[in-house]
Amino acid sequence: MLDFHNLTLGYNRHPAVHHLTASINSGDFVALVGPNGAGKSTLMKSILGHVSPMEGEIQFRGITREDVSYLPQASAVDRQFPLTVEQFVASGLWQEKRTHKAYRKVDFDTVKDALVKVGLAGFEKRTLDALSGGQFQRLLFARKLMQQAKLLLLDEPFTGVDEQTIDDLMVLLTKLHGQGATIVAVIHNLNLVRRYFPKTLLLSRELIAIGETQTVLSPENLLRASTIGFGDHVHAEVCEVPERV
Amino acid sequence: MFDTLIQPFVEFAFMRRALVGMFLLSVSTAPVGVFLMLRRMSLTGDAMSHAILPGAAIGFLFAGLSVTAMTIGGLIAGSLVVLLSGFTARKTGTGEDSNLAAYYLTSLAAGVMIISMSGSNVDLMHVLFGSALGLDNTALILLYIISAITLVCLTLIYRPLVLECVDPDYLKSISRLGSVAHYGFLILVVLNLVSGFHAMGTLMSVGLMVLPAAISRFWVKQLEPMIVLSVLIAFSACLTGLLLSFYFNIPTSPMIITTLGATYFLSIFVGLNNGIATRFLMKKQKHLSA
Repeated sequence: MLDFHNLTLGYNRHPAVHHLTASINSGDFVALVGPNGAGKSTLMKSILGHVSPMEGEIQFRGITREDVSYLPQASAVDRQFPLTVEQFVASGLWQEKRTHKAYRKVDFDTVKDALVKVGLAGFEKRTLDALSGGQFQRLLFARKLMQQAKLLLLDEPFTGVDEQTIDDLMVLLTKLHGQGATIVAVIHNLNLVRRYFPKTLLLSRELIAIGETQTVLSPENLLRASTIGFGDHVHAEVCEVPERV
Repeated sequence: MFDTLIQPFVEFAFMRRALVGMFLLSVSTAPVGVFLMLRRMSLTGDAMSHAILPGAAIGFLFAGLSVTAMTIGGLIAGSLVVLLSGFTARKTGTGEDSNLAAYYLTSLAAGVMIISMSGSNVDLMHVLFGSALGLDNTALILLYIISAITLVCLTLIYRPLVLECVDPDYLKSISRLGSVAHYGFLILVVLNLVSGFHAMGTLMSVGLMVLPAAISRFWVKQLEPMIVLSVLIAFSACLTGLLLSFYFNIPTSPMIITTLGATYFLSIFVGLNNGIATRFLMKKQKHLSA
């Protein structure tokens, strides 16, 4: 589905991700693990095309960027905006409805369905400001369900979210994976990774390991990751790659 | 009682014209105001309305109190200040608000100077506070055209504009219409301020945009009802303001805005949605039932 070839990414010539070569295959359920500043978010943004490679490339196999759906780390949603849960989730149908096509009853049934799946049944008419943090995260997942993306990118989807919500949403992700979705998620909690994710990509500015979770998350690998990835990428040495203009 | 409300409009053509003009203005300017408030740009709107003045003044300089000349001048000046302050902010890395303030204060001062140099104090008052009771045919046609344009454009950019307010990152990930919605909306703001300035004057026109939205937020929780309610509030205030100014011989536009101001003040206390009294009562009720 995705191939990274010798991929180097960064801001102002300071690389955040170094010469990464790895593959994400169709049907993968991958945890993206690494210390702070390891380049996890940068990698996700490069898949979306928001950060362009300094060197190397990303190849899309059998999908286009249109098929990728992304849940950003800190969502900049204005939760004071007077919109209902139903309207918010319905915006997930943008690709189909665009600016003018009418919403029909069947669409609202889909919305209802998505809300049931994330455990927000009956919340349709509530406004955004009435939701708790956990409920709001469920809401974002409900909208993701509407998009029916082939590749789901989730950047720290469980930061500051209660245990119950994490469990429910993980079960939901497992189901989605069972239905054929490919999922890549940045996760900090290693217990969660061991419990749910068959495959792990351990990143610390460079690739530490990729493969079966148990093997990748070995004590040696984790130690290596924490020593290399220590500190902010801004302080990384300037990479000897000619800058692209 | 009924007579008191109807009589002025039956008897005087200028009152009927004012009523039609105010209706056209309310229908388009209030929805724009709702989005202005939700984008937290109410004060930006205020600044923009002042920025219109020098353009209108230059139009006045060349053509006297001509609706067309002052409108075109106002449009150019308003758009220029918005673009310039955005441009300065991006190029210098300073905040957009301080730049906007600098530009609009300068243009307000320049506008007052230009008008005072060539016209009388009456002219200045006309430009600053408008003349709802003196709307001629050209002005009414202009209000009509701007209302129509506003409603059509707002319908076209409605969905991207809502998403651009609620979740700009999401909109960016699925569509390139974010900036179309943003700049399209800014143009609508300038258009409506210019259309408002004939009836309300440059100082008061933004009031009819911002206040109905601010009031309706105290009464309803959802976007569509908020838009409808703000139109109703705007028009009711215009009607009340027109009648009060007719009977008590007070300038119309300040009367309309103070009517809105009084409603706003009342809503802060008794508004169903977050009003102070309502909050207090609900707390008490919770306390009792607990």
